[in-house]
Parts: sequence; C-alpha cells; structure tokens
Amino acid sequence: MAEESGGGKGYLAERGWRSWAYTMDHKRIGVMYLYTTIAFFFIGGVFALLLRLELLSPQAKYFGNHTYNVFFTLHGAMMIFLFIIPAIPSGLGNFFIPLHIGARDVAFPRINLASYWVFVAGFLVVIGSLVSPMDTGWTFYTPYSAKTGAAVATLSFGIFLIGMSSILTGLNFIVTIHKLRAPGMTWHRLPLFIWGMYATSIIQVVATPVVGVTFLLLAMERLLGVAFFDPSKGGDPVLFQHFFWFYSHPVVYVMILPAMGIISEVIPVFSRKPIFGYKAIAYSSLAIAFLGFLVWGHHMFTSAMSPLANAIFSFMTFFVAVPTAVKVFNWIATLYKGSITFESPMLYALTFIFLFAVGGLTGPFLGALATDVQLHDTYFVVAHFHYTMMGGTVMGFFAGLHYWFPKMTGKMLNEKIARVAWALVFIGFNVTFFTMFIAGVRGMPRRYAEYLPRFHVENVISTVGSAILAVGIVVMFWNFIQGLRKGLPAPGNPWRALSLEWQTPSLPITENFLEIPVVTDWPYGYGKPKGPDA
Amino acid sequence: MGKVFSFGAASDHAARVDAVFLMILVIGVFFFFLTQGLLVYFAVKYRRRRPDRDNETPQITGNHVLEIFWVLIPSIVVVAIFYYGWRVYTDQRIPAAGATEVHVNARQWLYEIKYPDGRTAINEIRVPAGKPVKFILSASDVIHGFYLPDFRVKMDMIPGRITTLQVQPDRPGRYQIYCTVYCGTGHSNMLAQLTVMPPDEYAEWAAHGKEEGGEGKENEPLAVRGERVAKSAGCLNCHAIGGAVKIGPDWKGLFGSIVPLEGGKSVTADEEYLRESIVDPGAKVVKGFPNVMPTYKTTLSDEDIEAMVAYMKTLK
Repeated sequence: MAEESGGGKGYLAERGWRSWAYTMDHKRIGVMYLYTTIAFFFIGGVFALLLRLELLSPQAKYFGNHTYNVFFTLHGAMMIFLFIIPAIPSGLGNFFIPLHIGARDVAFPRINLASYWVFVAGFLVVIGSLVSPMDTGWTFYTPYSAKTGAAVATLSFGIFLIGMSSILTGLNFIVTIHKLRAPGMTWHRLPLFIWGMYATSIIQVVATPVVGVTFLLLAMERLLGVAFFDPSKGGDPVLFQHFFWFYSHPVVYVMILPAMGIISEVIPVFSRKPIFGYKAIAYSSLAIAFLGFLVWGHHMFTSAMSPLANAIFSFMTFFVAVPTAVKVFNWIATLYKGSITFESPMLYALTFIFLFAVGGLTGPFLGALATDVQLHDTYFVVAHFHYTMMGGTVMGFFAGLHYWFPKMTGKMLNEKIARVAWALVFIGFNVTFFTMFIAGVRGMPRRYAEYLPRFHVENVISTVGSAILAVGIVVMFWNFIQGLRKGLPAPGNPWRALSLEWQTPSLPITENFLEIPVVTDWPYGYGKPKGPDA
Repeated sequence: MGKVFSFGAASDHAARVDAVFLMILVIGVFFFFLTQGLLVYFAVKYRRRRPDRDNETPQITGNHVLEIFWVLIPSIVVVAIFYYGWRVYTDQRIPAAGATEVHVNARQWLYEIKYPDGRTAINEIRVPAGKPVKFILSASDVIHGFYLPDFRVKMDMIPGRITTLQVQPDRPGRYQIYCTVYCGTGHSNMLAQLTVMPPDEYAEWAAHGKEEGGEGKENEPLAVRGERVAKSAGCLNCHAIGGAVKIGPDWKGLFGSIVPLEGGKSVTADEEYLRESIVDPGAKVVKGFPNVMPTYKTTLSDEDIEAMVAYMKTLK
C-alpha cells in the first residue's frame, strides 16, 4: 500500500476506461451509478417539462394525446426505476457504506460490479423498448398493458433486469453491514445513514422478486397468451394491481429511507449537536420498512376490494405515519440550542423537512377512506407523491451530493451559486406542485392530456413553476461541473464531521483505510458533555 | 358549480366528506405550523452567532418523556382520522331502498348508459332528484373509472366484474363525470354528464323517451330481456321461482338475501355474486345444493347476463 496520499489522486489515481469498467472499488462503482442515474434524472426531467408545456393549454397543442401518454409513462418509469430507486442506495450508498462502517470495500466487490452491469443491460433494454414506446403509465395496469400495441414485454424485461441489480446491491449491503463493521463499530454506533440503508436493503431483497415475477407473468400473458390478468380469458385484472403494489408500495420506502438517513447525518453536523433520539430514528427506519409491507391496498380503495379489506388497509396505513412523525420531531429537536450554519447541504436538509412535512401531512387525506375515494387518481395524488418523492427523496439526494461532494471529488463547491440554485429549486418546486393540490381538490383527474378549461389557471401556474425549478436544477449542476473542473482543493474534513468517511483524505484511497480504524464512540458526539459521566 | 372544496357539495354525503377533509386539513395545518414554526424559530434563534466560533452546545441526546409523548399524540390523532374517514365511507355504502338503477358500461372511450326500462344513451345520464341512484358499473375492454367530483365519489369499472356506486342527488343540476383510471389514448376525452332533474320533469322525460325508443328488441326493458334469456337458456329447468325447490336454489327473493355457502361462509346476493354464479357456478356453491351447474360464460353475452341479473332482482 502506498504512503498517505492526502490531497493526491486517491481512488482516482488509475486512468483509462478499463480502470472503470472492471473496477471492484465500491467508490468507483458508486460514482458510475451516480453519473448514470443523474443522466436519467435529466432525461426524465425533460419529459416532465414537455408534459408541463403541453398542459399550458387545455386542448392538445404541441403534440397529440398518444404522445403525451408516452411522455408521462417514460417520465414516471425513468424517474422511478432508473433514477430515484438506484440513485441514493446504489450511488451514494455504494460510495459511503464501507467508508461509514470502517471497511475496505463491500462484502462482495464482484457482485457489486455485476450489479452495475446488469443495471446497464436493464436500461439498454428499456431504451430498446422505445421503438414502440410504452403508453401504459409506469403502473402497467392490466388489461390495458396486456392489450396495447406498445413494447410492454421489452420494457418489463428491462425493469426485471434493473430489479435484479437492485436485489444484488441490497444483498451485498446487508452482508457488508453485518460482517464488515470495524472493531468497536457496534450497531448503536452506526451512522443513521447506515440504518436507513440497512432497512432499504431488506425491502429491496424481499419485495423486488415479487415485481420481477409479476412482470414475467405479464410477459407470458402477452407473448404466450397465458391469461393471468385478462378477464376475457378468465384472468383477474385486479390481481395485477395487488402484485404490483405489493412491490411498489414498499419501494417508496426504498426511496425515502436512505434520504432520511442523509438528513440524519447532515442535521447534527451543521447544528454541532448530537442527533436527538438516536435509537428512535434508527428503529423507526425498521418499523417503516416493516409496516410498508402491510399497506399496499391503499392504492386500490376504489378497485372493488371488500369494505373490510379497505378498512384494514386504511388503518394500517395510518401507522406508517407515526414512525415518520417521530423522525421529523427528532430532527427538529436536534436543532434546539445548536450552533447552526446554513451551508448548502444544511439548506437542502431543512428543505427536506419542510417539503416532506407537506407531503406527509397530505398523506392522511389519502389514507382516510372517505376522502381517498374523492381524491384518488386526481392531481392531489400527483402533488402528494411529488412532495414526498421529489421534496423528500430528491432533496435528500441533493443534500447528500452537496455534503459529500468534497469527499467524492476532492474539490469544494462555490457556495454562493449553490445557494442561488437552492432558492430557485425551493420556489420553483412549491409553485409547481402546491398548485396541483388545488387542481386535485377541484377534481382534475391525473394522466389527462387534455382538460376542461376550468383547470386552466392552475396548470399555467404549475408550468411556470416547473420552468423555475428546471433553471434551479441546471444552475445546481452547472455548479457541480464548475466545482469538478476548477473547485478549490477540499480538505479532508471541511464540515468538521465526526463520522469515519471524513477521517480519510479527500479523495479517499483505494481500499479506504491504511489501517482499519478502531471505533470508540458514536459519530454524533458534538457539543459539550453534560458532566463527567457523559 | 363548486369552486373550492367546501362548496358545491351535491349531496349530504359529499358534505360529510368535506367535513372529513376539513378536519384533516385543520389537524394538518396545525402540525405543519407547529413543526415548521419550531424549525424556523430554532434555525434563527440558534444560528451560529460568531463566524469564527461555535456557540456552546449542550450534549442532549434524547428525552424519553418527550419521545413517548410524541409517539402517543400522533397515534391518537391518526386513529381518530381513520375512524372518521371509515365511518363516512361505510355509511355511504349502505344500500338504500328504492334506488333508481342506471347501468353504465365503459368502453374505450365512452360510457354506454342503459336504464332498466330499455332506454339507452351515450355519455349522458339522467336521474330524478331526491331519490337514491345506484350505478351498476361494468367495462368491455380495459379498466375505466367513474368519478363524480361533485358527489366526492368514484368507482373503478372493471371488465368481467360488476361494481356499484350509490349517490343521493338532492339538487337538480348538471354534474361532470370523468374517467379516472388511465385507459389509453382517449382517456382524457372520456367525459360524461349526470343531469339531475326535478322529479316531475324526469317522469315526463322518461315516459317520452320510452315511446320514442320503443322499436323492437333493441330497447326492450332489461328485465324483460332477462326473462326471455332465462327461459331460452334453460335456467328455469333447475331454478324455481317460488314453490317447490328444484335442483338449484330458488330465485324468488334471492337478490339482496344472505346466502349460506358450502364451507360455512355466507355471501350477500348482490349483482356481482349473481354474475359470478352464472359464469363460474363452482366459485361459491350454495349450502345444500350439488355443484352441477355448467358455466354460461361462453354461451351468454355480457349484456344477456346483465339483463338476467336485472330480471332476478324483480323476483321479490
């Protein structure tokens, strides 16, 4: 092993495409995932802007209804399967799990590399399906998806592969967290990001096979004529919805739990305070992961399930709210008597709490039966899940990108431009999506290429907001590129954080640590001890 | 019609849904300002005062009393919201006696309306005010939705299955119907109107409509068609209508009754149960009867089965 290489090229020392394509280094694999997923974030974002453009006028103006339907399908499918599910776990998770727990790499580096290339195969197949693009919505509801002329089987095979990559990553992380913790890194000394990632990995391993099998059944139905879901041949179309949501509801916690983990890292560092209620935050991640498996029916309250089943699913749904609320209270309590600074990671973390609160508090409208029957499949739902997914997960992802940028690239960001981008994102996001709550309450159904003139004002405001949001995101990524090209060299620990990744040089070396550290304390020991016993 | 959620409720039930909405809104706004108010207050009050040095921060790692408190409070609040939402939903689904029935079948991309007396229409439903209305919903191709925002209700329309939705329109007027389950290219153009008419006007229209459309089998009343189908398909060889029980269960008074099944369960004989028993007789076998009925799935059309169900409802 080389000498201490602080300020050197670290894990980026090797050059050439082979050093990336065949790499076993979790950090390089994480970086490849980040570049790939961010590319799809931009493609999915362009589709979103096209949707908003078309919705400027009540009648179809720029392109036809079918094209609109294809665009919202691709927006949803790409954002969910190619960006938001893999971005934090496979991107930031790959990079930081071994660094956080004091390991040289993940437990199975070869499987880790395989998972990336399976992911690539998956998205290539997804792109291949564009010869006859999907128009079913990202939910693939049968019997429409069994009948439409689009390349449903191709796209579902692509997502099958992406799911496989997701299972491999989850499995790898579970074993890594169990077996490769540094000496003294007990479970209750783990950073909370690790707890979030651990809960997420369990969901990935348990739930993803179900959606894989569902897509196989759908492909068999389309290619071989075996009727699982087509009622005209004796199948049950609603069965598909049960299978689909059995995966796709828990997967929203795959998206949000790692983001919550990032917030739990950032808030204490920038408040110079220990995290409030460590165990409650850690175990609430597991509670959310567990309860998340019992509530899929709340997507189907109007699908003619029995009233009893509806009541049970509604009841269970409300109990996901409790561990979520506990996390929010604990983050806010962490701020109390802190020494708070507002660098860009902290701005995004506070924004997460703010926007996620809106998303969380609009959840009970959709969990309660009477109001869900009114609001289901309207823009209210669209607004709600954008507040949780984009206002939550994506803001957490942005917080993580700004927080760990110095560690991943060895460069510092321009803080002023980062703040300008943040302000644009915050304003644009709220203008775009809060308006959708109003359209939804007034009865505008989702997935409408054309709409009645009574919803015109809301849609124009929303489109204006989406333009502001897009400018904010472009400025943010322009700042990233500038930082990469000519940012000032980053010190090892610019935020004065206590977790292990910051104790390595920026950039960290291949295999992370010259010597495996021995851990003697938890990573949140900020502030002044109360007394000699603390 | 309604501009904001709390106005324009077209029925008592809609007003009750609005009350649930308002309750959740008040709770949500309260917790939003509580948490975000504290967030902003702490962020301002405890910001770092001096650029070069941290404030002294205490090492607070938790507080059990506080944490138990904020597990309990949300738990109680969510149970209350669940209960209220569930009650209002359940009350709305109690079948009301004497409902005007309207059959609505969805196909890409329109609604076919059929009244029990044989009148038909496309995308335009007329009902009298002041009486409960029961929509009997089906679909021919893919899943569609039936959404009445002014009544705060919707129901999916599922091929191969009958679903129902009940409303009580009190005020005459025209109300919008939307398809809410994505169904293909024409999804956003799949709109219909519900016209609630004063009872006397409705009676006049219904009588007029009957005369106008009384040409031949096409506009035969549903129950009449159902009786004709039941006879020609041989149903009455095994099913009695009152009197001595034959091979299968008696049809008289069957609709709406609670039917005991083999295996100890029971089921309410609603539209969906009758439909299922015609196409898949072995799915729910009535206690004490042999499982010998053949399926009529391939020999009867969906319209014929719907007509038979309508006929069986008349056998009180």
